[in-house]
Amino acid sequence: MTTFMGFAFYIAAAVAVISTIMAITRLVAVHALLYMIVSLLAVAVVFYTMGAPLVAALEVIIYAGAIVVLFVFVVMMLNLGTKAREEERQWLAGGAWIGPVVLSALLLLEVIYLIARVGTYSNMSGVADPKQIGIALYGPYLVGVELSSMLLLGALVGACHLGRPAPTRKEVRE
Amino acid sequence: MTVIPMSHGLILGGVLFALGLAGLLMRRNLLFILISLEIMLNGAGVAFVAAGSRWGQPDGQIMFLFILAAAAAEVSVGLALLLRFFRLHNTLDADSTSEMRG
Amino acid sequence: MLEFLWLVPAIPFASALLLAVLRFSRKAVAWIAVGSIAASSIVSLLVTVSYLLAPPATNSYTQVLWRWFDVGGLRPDIALYLDPISLIMMVVVAFVSFLIHLYSTEFMIEDDGYARFFAYMNLFVASMLTLLLADNLLLLYLGWEGVGLCSYLLIGFWYRKPENGLAGRKAFIVTRVGDTALVIGLFLLFHELGTLNIQELMQRASQHWPIGSAAATTAALLLLGGAVGKSAQLPLQTWLPDAMAGPTPVSALIHAATMVTAGVYLIARTHILFSLAPQAQFAVAIIGAATLLMAGFSALTQWDLKRVLAYSTISQIGYMFLALGVGAWPAAIFHFMTHAFFKALLFLGAGIVIQSLGEEHNIFRMGGLRKQLPVAFWTFLIAGLSLAGLPLVTAGVFSKDWILWGALSAAHGSTALWVVALLGVLLTSIYTFRMIFLVFFGEAHSQVTRRAGKAMYIPCLILGLLSIVGGYVERPFARFLETVLPWNAGDFHAIRITETASEGIAALVFLLGTSIAYILFLRKPTYAENLGSSAAGGVLHRFWLSDWGMDWLYDRLFVRPLVWLAQVDKNDFIDAVYAGVAGITEITWSVLRRTETGKLRWYAAGIAAGSIVFIAVVLFL
Repeated sequence: MTTFMGFAFYIAAAVAVISTIMAITRLVAVHALLYMIVSLLAVAVVFYTMGAPLVAALEVIIYAGAIVVLFVFVVMMLNLGTKAREEERQWLAGGAWIGPVVLSALLLLEVIYLIARVGTYSNMSGVADPKQIGIALYGPYLVGVELSSMLLLGALVGACHLGRPAPTRKEVRE
Repeated sequence: MTVIPMSHGLILGGVLFALGLAGLLMRRNLLFILISLEIMLNGAGVAFVAAGSRWGQPDGQIMFLFILAAAAAEVSVGLALLLRFFRLHNTLDADSTSEMRG
Repeated sequence: MLEFLWLVPAIPFASALLLAVLRFSRKAVAWIAVGSIAASSIVSLLVTVSYLLAPPATNSYTQVLWRWFDVGGLRPDIALYLDPISLIMMVVVAFVSFLIHLYSTEFMIEDDGYARFFAYMNLFVASMLTLLLADNLLLLYLGWEGVGLCSYLLIGFWYRKPENGLAGRKAFIVTRVGDTALVIGLFLLFHELGTLNIQELMQRASQHWPIGSAAATTAALLLLGGAVGKSAQLPLQTWLPDAMAGPTPVSALIHAATMVTAGVYLIARTHILFSLAPQAQFAVAIIGAATLLMAGFSALTQWDLKRVLAYSTISQIGYMFLALGVGAWPAAIFHFMTHAFFKALLFLGAGIVIQSLGEEHNIFRMGGLRKQLPVAFWTFLIAGLSLAGLPLVTAGVFSKDWILWGALSAAHGSTALWVVALLGVLLTSIYTFRMIFLVFFGEAHSQVTRRAGKAMYIPCLILGLLSIVGGYVERPFARFLETVLPWNAGDFHAIRITETASEGIAALVFLLGTSIAYILFLRKPTYAENLGSSAAGGVLHRFWLSDWGMDWLYDRLFVRPLVWLAQVDKNDFIDAVYAGVAGITEITWSVLRRTETGKLRWYAAGIAAGSIVFIAVVLFL
């Protein structure tokens, strides 16, 4: 069982990484989103192997099921068309990706070095039940829950207001 | 139960974060920038859950819940802003609005 | 009541501060300003009375207020020293200042800077009194600088016209040259003799320095340099005619009666030092004689009423210097007193005339004012007669004859100096009566547009009275000063005439001068015009008019080279350092400007790079 979990972890991790790489290099928005969904599902598997079933479920439901869907809606609303694909190809041409890749690689190396130096080799063996999480949420983390509800309310109002049809003011600008 | 070292979990989180960062810096389309942002948040969450699992406590997962809530809020407002931006400039190019240059 | 001495300079100083800091109505300003000088005069009179009734033991009274500082052996006190010289000068200065302040309350009534004027004037009086009453040379120098400052402020009082500011600046710079010499003299005196207290200084000087020693001569010459600057003698006299740009009361107070006599006071105070340095004393006499002639000739040609009076002042102070130089110390002080009376009166009268004619300064455009401004005419006439030396009746003749006698008979006197002084008398009477005849007689070229009031006439009347009776105190005066300012008599056998004969000759010269002026300017003006327009006459006229070309000389000799040097040095390497700082800042700015692109991803990359650097620092350092 444990080795199976171990295998699952590494395979799911690989899938997540590869699909993320694919996601950030696509030219069409919908493709990227689809790859992102794959990545999120793989990460959910990773969570399960780490003994966090609730979060795994929430990852799928909320992250892949709500947030990415929101992205899809917006892409549909934007209705960009094939012209956008050509634009993207142009923007990604040449050495546009060298700098960012170098920076990210440096950061990653530093983080790995940090982790290696501290040497945390203990195992991720704990399982946290949903029950435990529920008790913690409504216990010590109650304030956090309230705050995040307020945050979501604010986001709701903000998105509502910003989403209203506004005058384009193109005449003023040009 | 499992014998995966915590460092591997943390490294996975780090890799996902770095990939998200690369995507953020690489793409010019605002939509892709937002997507990369979500990837970064996801990577951070992986690290939290890994740490929580090591200690066997729910705290890591609770942190991930809060991150999730914040990500959701941020995505909704961000996408609304994106729509506004598109209506105003008719393009999603992040480099097109550089009027605050010195 | 001698302990009230400190009030004499303190009251005007306090009122100057009050007027400078707070706002008052015109009436309040006038009351405060004139009242403070009046109070100071009253206190000085009380002090005088108490001094005369009960003279202190050593003929002097020192009032130490506090120790100024104590550094490296120099321990000056803020202390006031009262002896016959300072007593007389204090009383004269306070009283004349009071009269001029009274006059100014009406003269300056229309001016916006009314309070500022009186603040400056009060500060001036306070500084002058400090100078006179100072117990040590450092405090004297404080007063010296104070009067210089107030002179600058008051000359350029109407600052909106640039030439007034330039005149003030010129006065300040020229006197500065003298002040520098004075300061170096103070350094020398302290270095050699270890004190700056005047009485101790004189004592130590007479003990340590033999007569004619180099140190004494140098110190005396340096002090003379300071005196020459402040008293507008050769070669630093160029500032006084231009100083007439200030309001007339300023000219009356500062440039006739008080500040310009500060040099005379300094030399009189340190006369023991000058006695130890005969060459320096001789220089004083020569400077006095030369100046009185030069200024006399220049006064003959001036067409601006106040400039005539300015040159006259220079000339009369030349007389005082001549008296000091030959050893007739009390005569110089006596002449200071009478000169204060009649010169102030002349300026006040000139002020009345100028204001009545609507700011007309040119005497050739005046005339016939005898009937229209009678009080001004009579007081001006009395003062002019006093200046020129009408025998027996006026004050000026007593002091001038005393000086003439001293030029002949005092320790360093000689016949040559006496003749020069007589020539000066001739010139004085010519230019004085030229002025009087052109302004008050003849036909009127300008109309009187405004009349002066009581506040302006009363001081004139009082000064007129003093110009008549002030001379009768000559004998008591001499006795009073005897202890501190002895008359150094010379070898009597070498002199061939008596004092009365000298006085008689002076009276004849006076009459000669008056008649010449009468003929040239009243009877037959065409003579004067022909004289002036002939070739030689024209050259002389222009030469004397421009103060013997000294302004031109100084301009070529000092001003232009300095300005040229400043222009050449405008972009030297020190400026490059400062410009370099600005340049580096600009370069840094233009480099850093590139980082602010306004592009989102650029900033995000910046954050990423920064975080990499920080983590690296934390990890590896």
